[in-house]
Amino acid sequence: MIGFVKKVIRNRLAGLGLVVLFGIILLAILTPLLPLAPPNAIDTPNRFVLPFSDNALLGTDHLGRDLLSRLLWGTQLSLAVGLAAAFIAGFFGALLGIVAGYMGGRTDSLIMRSVDILMAFPYILLALAIVAALGPGLMNALIAVAVVNIPFFARNVRGVAVTLAQADFIQSARLSGRSDISILVFELLPNVASVIIIAFSTTVGWMILETAGLSFLGLGSQPPQADLGSMLGEGRAALITNPHTSIIPGIMIFLIVMGINLLGDGIRDALDPRLAKGQLEKPSPLTRVSDGLIQSPPIVSTASKAVMDVNHLSTNFEVSEVVNKAVRDVSFSISSGECLGLVGESGSGKSVTALSLTRLVASPPGVVVSGSVRISDQELISLPYEGIRAIRGRRVAYIFQDPLTSLHPLHRIGHQLTEAMSTHSRGADSVFVERAENLLSEVRIPNPERVMDAYPHELSGGMRQRIGIAMALANDPDIIIADEPTTALDVTVQAQILAILNDLRQQRGLSILFISHDLNVMAQICDRVAVMYAGEIVEMGRASDILEHPKHPYTAALLACSPQIGQGRQSLQPITGMPPTGHEPLNACAFANRCSRVQPVCQQQPVEIIDMDSQLVRCLFPVVES
Amino acid sequence: MLRYIVRRLISMIPVLIGITAIVFLIMSLIPGDPATAILGSYATPENVANLNAKLGLDKPLVQRYFIWLGNLAQGDFGRSFSLNRPVLDEILERFNATLILSGTAYLLCSFLGVLAGIISASRQYEISDKLITFVVLIGISVPSFFLGMMLIVFFTVQLRWLPASGMFSIYGGGDFVDLIRHLIMPALALSFVATGVIARLSRSTMLEVLRLEYIRTARAKGVKEFRVVTRHAFRSAVVTILPVLGLQAGFVLSGSVYIEIVFQWPGIGRMLVDAILTRDILLVQGGVVFVAFCYVFFNLAVDVLQLWLDPRITRK
Repeated sequence: MIGFVKKVIRNRLAGLGLVVLFGIILLAILTPLLPLAPPNAIDTPNRFVLPFSDNALLGTDHLGRDLLSRLLWGTQLSLAVGLAAAFIAGFFGALLGIVAGYMGGRTDSLIMRSVDILMAFPYILLALAIVAALGPGLMNALIAVAVVNIPFFARNVRGVAVTLAQADFIQSARLSGRSDISILVFELLPNVASVIIIAFSTTVGWMILETAGLSFLGLGSQPPQADLGSMLGEGRAALITNPHTSIIPGIMIFLIVMGINLLGDGIRDALDPRLAKGQLEKPSPLTRVSDGLIQSPPIVSTASKAVMDVNHLSTNFEVSEVVNKAVRDVSFSISSGECLGLVGESGSGKSVTALSLTRLVASPPGVVVSGSVRISDQELISLPYEGIRAIRGRRVAYIFQDPLTSLHPLHRIGHQLTEAMSTHSRGADSVFVERAENLLSEVRIPNPERVMDAYPHELSGGMRQRIGIAMALANDPDIIIADEPTTALDVTVQAQILAILNDLRQQRGLSILFISHDLNVMAQICDRVAVMYAGEIVEMGRASDILEHPKHPYTAALLACSPQIGQGRQSLQPITGMPPTGHEPLNACAFANRCSRVQPVCQQQPVEIIDMDSQLVRCLFPVVES
Repeated sequence: MLRYIVRRLISMIPVLIGITAIVFLIMSLIPGDPATAILGSYATPENVANLNAKLGLDKPLVQRYFIWLGNLAQGDFGRSFSLNRPVLDEILERFNATLILSGTAYLLCSFLGVLAGIISASRQYEISDKLITFVVLIGISVPSFFLGMMLIVFFTVQLRWLPASGMFSIYGGGDFVDLIRHLIMPALALSFVATGVIARLSRSTMLEVLRLEYIRTARAKGVKEFRVVTRHAFRSAVVTILPVLGLQAGFVLSGSVYIEIVFQWPGIGRMLVDAILTRDILLVQGGVVFVAFCYVFFNLAVDVLQLWLDPRITRK
């Protein structure tokens, strides 16, 4: 609770709202004690005295009544009425919502149908109808505003209550034979409290406004008693000659509602877990790069045949003060027509590596802190946005893991394909359409013309991933980065996709960076394999060498825990323990804690990667087969 | 599509009947005797009884409701005693004026709100975002009637640019330009609050969409950032924003009651307030039901638009 309050206050605007609101409420409470003129004392000779006069700080109104006094008494009344309405609406709304959600069935549908019908009215119509029936007056306005807002609370609370009613702790309370009332009050209510608070903080400002509005229309508080709304209504008659009689109550309403809104925003933000994780921040089109890195001159290109050269690449996730090192000092290169596999368990940093190459890591929180990525002679890490944009999809193309979430759900397939082309080259639409259809047949999609008009949700998972591949091929790129392209698919479809990729590789001489956690898939398509662990490459070499003669204990353990077809009944060996988190620097071998071959020295210093029979290994005691 | 619309129309029937029932029920709470209200307190008991019989008020509540409902279905909203003309005629005439005012304000707030939300989200934490957030905060905090009054003080009293009341000038007005001049201030005041609400929602929706995977795909394709925001992110955000735009129509209609009073716009809101103060029950009843029906049908139109914009719904 204290943490929550601190969070609210840390938000500067919410703090401001709190101060304004607190000040106004304090004034309203102290009003009876202040040395004010009586609010309803008429003094017609002194009507329309301007503010800052001797006897009246805020002037007087059309009957010569002291405006400061009327303002404070009016504020007190408006606050009281608005809050009362909010409490009534909150109480009955939450009651209806909890009962509907908990009871379900007929009760639920009866309550919610009524709520729907009440919500079918523009809110003021209902309030007007109620006031029309009960007659003008402050109490009636209060009732009207409260009734109008009940549906909002009921619907919000019911939404949460329905899910909670199915939760295990409620079910077990029911089974234990406790009475419904006791479950509602002691189990359900505390869990919907935050929804009620949020709904309250969003509507209380509205309710103060609405009651003031009804009074403004002459349907709320009746003279001589005045709330802020009726003061505004009276001021309107003299708006042109003496605007101060309107401006003063108007500003007070504005300040109250603004204070409530600011505070309400602060409360909602403090309750929203997404905000703390930076999930509501817009990712910039380019991953941020540490300052020093951009200024440093690009590394002089060495003569190499590599299509892509990656050197000492490191990427962090930085959320406020916490730094998580996702990719640590990764280097590799891919030559023309080669397929390099990047394998590792989830969280090993392989996807982040892939996204870092064209700076696609969401930023915030991602930051590229060191390294260089070159394709032929161009350095990507220090390249400005336009430069990178021209390379993305044109020379470096991506295939993503889940084609359902990575294809735009509301764009037709044809549009998504032709857009990939028109982004990088000019041409007639018909040319692009024809090329797109050819690509679709190339990835073995029957009826390309029909698929062009389809939306992603109308296709199967395998079809969608073929479209992902076709889209990557659209501009005949130098290299394709396939980030777990088969993980979301079932095994037969997986095999088809792999076959397509393999054929394309042979026909087009494609270079591929293939990312997967599945060693069997690696064996089918990769020339070389790099194994990642805790953000580092721990072993790299020819695929056949690594898969058959792993030198790093981690690779060996990984192989021992993946089932192999045709190997008969073997017991799979799980790797015990957890990989280290990315929060600390690695002062030891990252795998030491889980390694069966660990020696004391492994825990004492970071381990360098060494060349061992044309295989790179980051281990002091590599596995050597006899 | 057509089947969906028909299904929705059918499912609306209970809602429409519910609306009439609620309005009728609320109105039947009125203490006292409508006939006395019409005839004044000096009426003889026979006259009151006669009028009650003539108005059908001597019958039981449920029967009266069904008679009223039957009349409504035939387009007979009854007769306003304070204006001495058919309720429906008055409503249609007034609704026209309300439609001009609310419709303009609604288009204005939808367009400006969504635009502000997009700009704000795509430039998060930049100066334009902060500026918009600030204006939006004022927008959602200021009472529209107060804003309207301040506009009058500034543009009519100080600058003498715009007329402060009515829909047309009394002398020599009546053309389109005259209407626009009368419309500017009330439409602005009315749209300001809703603009704030829509801008806020658009901003947060855009921020959520911009983190989704298919936005990353668009960027990986090399699509220009402007296009990523407008064609990819906004296209999806619309589907979330649209239902809220439908609800905002209710807020704009509600706000128009205040604005019509402030600017003496001859719309249905002012008619309702006058009818309440003169206790002209049939007029209140008819006006509320009429506007609520319009709102329900408007939201049906929004739903159909939603269906058209989101092909994923058709399947369900």
